[in-house]
Amino acid sequence: MTRSFLATHPSVLIFLLILSLFTIGVTILSEAYGTAFISTSFVKTLGKTLCLCLVALAMDLIWGYAGILSLGHMAFFALGGYMIGMWLMYARTEEIVLSALANEVLPPTTEEVTNGIAAQIFGVVGASELPPIWGFAHSLPLQLLLVIAVPGLLALAFGWLAFRSRVTGVYLSILTQAGTLALALWLFQNDSGLRGNNGLSGLQNIPGLAHVPQAELSIWFFWASAAALGLTYVALAWLVSGKFGSVIRAIRDDEARVRFLGYSVEGYKLFLFTLTAMIAAIAGALYYPQAGIINPAELAPIASIYLAVWVAIGGRGRLYGAVIGAAFVSLLSSWFTGGRAPSIDLGFYTINWVDWWLVLLGLSFVLVTLFAPKGIGGLIDLAAHLRAPDRKGAALGPDDSALREKEARE
Amino acid sequence: MTTLLEVSGISVSFDGFRAINNLSFTIGPAELRAIIGPNGAGKTTFMDIITGKTRPDRGTVRWGPMADSLLSKSEAEIARAGIGRKFQRPTVFEDQTVAENLMMALKANRNPFAVLFWRPKPADHARVAALATEVGLADHLARKSGELSHGQKQWLEIGMLLAQEPKLLLVDEPAAGMTLAEREHTTRLLVDLARTRAVVVVEHDMDFVRRLNCKVTVLHEGSVLAEGSLDHVTKNPAVIDVYLGR
Repeated sequence: MTRSFLATHPSVLIFLLILSLFTIGVTILSEAYGTAFISTSFVKTLGKTLCLCLVALAMDLIWGYAGILSLGHMAFFALGGYMIGMWLMYARTEEIVLSALANEVLPPTTEEVTNGIAAQIFGVVGASELPPIWGFAHSLPLQLLLVIAVPGLLALAFGWLAFRSRVTGVYLSILTQAGTLALALWLFQNDSGLRGNNGLSGLQNIPGLAHVPQAELSIWFFWASAAALGLTYVALAWLVSGKFGSVIRAIRDDEARVRFLGYSVEGYKLFLFTLTAMIAAIAGALYYPQAGIINPAELAPIASIYLAVWVAIGGRGRLYGAVIGAAFVSLLSSWFTGGRAPSIDLGFYTINWVDWWLVLLGLSFVLVTLFAPKGIGGLIDLAAHLRAPDRKGAALGPDDSALREKEARE
Repeated sequence: MTTLLEVSGISVSFDGFRAINNLSFTIGPAELRAIIGPNGAGKTTFMDIITGKTRPDRGTVRWGPMADSLLSKSEAEIARAGIGRKFQRPTVFEDQTVAENLMMALKANRNPFAVLFWRPKPADHARVAALATEVGLADHLARKSGELSHGQKQWLEIGMLLAQEPKLLLVDEPAAGMTLAEREHTTRLLVDLARTRAVVVVEHDMDFVRRLNCKVTVLHEGSVLAEGSLDHVTKNPAVIDVYLGR
């Protein structure tokens, strides 16, 4: 009872250890700080993978623990990316405009600078004025606040409407898909104010850090992603370990019963939906500067379905399962679709993995759902059971002198 | 006599079928009451209305010394106001341990933010242990409740109800699936509880009702047919007709 949180949850410590070793390993092998064994683009891939693991944690909390199959969390992820992208693009363009105007005789007025930025950013969609939603784009702190606030408020409003009407199960999943699609279609429009299907680009150029090579920047973002993943993992492990975790798992199993215990199920769902949307947004805000570009295709409904597939394959209802699933499937996916996987020549037909990867993924999803509902994380259970007996305090053998469970653990 | 719960003139129809028809019912703050009636008499619907699961078409449900209306409250608010319900089929959270089930039911602030930062204090662990002892599950605290036997699940659910410290307990067929010894234990517990709070027991089993030795309300076709001691109502010709005379 008095033992510390980390002592009672060894998996958190193991996770942090593995994550730190991985981070140190990548740093040592990187171009910027080490032996240059890993290319900068692969460091970026790994950093992006960590962000995907982070959004998978959010998905696991809302789906694996609370049983709400939201198929819209990648929309919050992309919104987070858009919010940070607005500042990145604005500040970067401001630098360019200022240096272009520096040769003028008269120092440029604020208006000239703003118009220059607007023309640079929006020329591509035939506009020359900054839309009102770019009102905060000049300020990093404000735009960072929006990274959390915009997806958070959207989730709050959407969740309030959906949960208050007691929309559950597959209907909620459909509703979140519809919401995601609607948001994507809105962003595709040129007059939505976010450059339509061009999206925001050049996000890998960090304003004020033009002198820092991409090799170093990529490692910095990799560190930031690893830190965000580690911190979120600890925070969520703490959250699900207490009574709050009990309540949300109870909601997953029998929400009507939870109401009769006096817990406002809708309040809990709304809390979780908003919290996980904000975590997804933070993941997106770290992901897109590494990806360099964001456009409305990132909000495609299929992206959120992939997220659910990662969590299912990794193992729902356990945090490390989500991380394993996201890392494993997304890295495998980029290996197969990147053309690096060797094609299999069957003589009469050549299996080209770029085309067949999705079939393989779908098949493994079905197989995992049918035969290993615990996912990859279930393997860890198997390993743990081999080591420590779990007899719930009963003797290990029929005889009085048989080993007691406590003794066997020692 | 003060009343804890006053239900008056409620009616509810499902697709034209009138499940509850102008039903009135009152119970005092420390009273044991048995509700009997044939299948389809509206016993479960009656409980659903009190606990907020079903909204009546007409009538009022008033609660406590301030006579607050319960009709505008959600299930969770009604539960927090002090009405606990035990279902016929034992519903415990099978994926969680006995201790976790009890800890969740312990009377405490139910707000998500408060729950998030709530950590059990030694007093809470002691209370959970005491409750587990009371319902005979002291040795099973660390077990997942899904592994318990049917009777043990019934007991766990009763323990969870006690942990909520309700002022009114609605108990749906508590003796179903219990052995004779367990029934006696249940009877003693219910009679004991009714000293400090109101207890409403819905039951089919007449022997069990007789053992409770309390006032009985007979429901039939959604309204009260008779009320009084068991001997009194069993002598009522209308009751004999619809319920006992078969």
